[in-house]
Amino acid sequence: MQIDDTDRRILRQLLADPGLATADLAERAGVTAATCWRRLEKLSEAGILKGQHAVIDWRALGWAVEVSLRFTLDKTHPRAFDEFLAAAREVPEVIEIQTFLGRVDMRLNVIARDMGHYQHIYRDRILTLPHIADIESLMLVSTIKDTGSLPL
Amino acid sequence: MIDLDDTDRAILRALVADATRSAGAIGRALGLSQPAAWRRIRRLEEEGVISGQRIDLDAAALGFGVTVFLGIKLATKGRVSLEDFERAATAIPEVQTVQHVLGLFDYRLRVTARDLADFERVLRRRIMTLPGVGNVEANVLLSEERRPGPLG
Repeated sequence: MQIDDTDRRILRQLLADPGLATADLAERAGVTAATCWRRLEKLSEAGILKGQHAVIDWRALGWAVEVSLRFTLDKTHPRAFDEFLAAAREVPEVIEIQTFLGRVDMRLNVIARDMGHYQHIYRDRILTLPHIADIESLMLVSTIKDTGSLPL
Repeated sequence: MIDLDDTDRAILRALVADATRSAGAIGRALGLSQPAAWRRIRRLEEEGVISGQRIDLDAAALGFGVTVFLGIKLATKGRVSLEDFERAATAIPEVQTVQHVLGLFDYRLRVTARDLADFERVLRRRIMTLPGVGNVEANVLLSEERRPGPLG
């Protein structure tokens, strides 16, 4: 599918304010509501607009600790990535899994209610994951910017 | 901090899967009336449990084929205020996420670019010129998945 300037304008406005109703989105993008709706449908069908998801603020639910755990895996084992991934998916406190090309192979975002709880998860659920060669942790202090926006 | 019951958690799961679903549709799926579902969704929003929406786009189809995570260590802490760094980093359109962290690095940045050459341009012209920037580590994102988290 070929993206034109109208699509880009709609997507830019949608990224800037994802909760917008189609009518408001259309107005901001300078198109009619019908055009806006049709364009969004086409973008969805083409798989470019993959979905809209609610974002949970875990801190508001009492999950005060968020840690970014960076793993180097033992790559001498041919199934290291698959087995690590499968095991990480079983840990409910893991809210994000990413794989990388670089010094870090894998990153998990882990949340916990407090430091005591985190220590418990770390010992019982994280250190027991398969094929870990090295772990580094970054404790989240604050998120200053977090948008899925693209410089369209 | 608010307490959730099973129905709230089911609503959260539904909205994380698809934020465009109406209160009526969610109510029908869970055996609630439209007004009851609407009231619960409203409460989750007002209490900050749902902090917003995330648009999931196929970035590659829109011409942004590369996502890189940067770990940045500030070189001149104290001399350059964190606010200066944060303000400058946040203003870069290719920077999607800025997080203040504790550990090996001071900040985590998520950067999107058209390709590796474009990423190099962003890195040289915009990242390396940030106030106080010191050591920078880059890891290229290969894949990512978001997990539902501990929603029972």
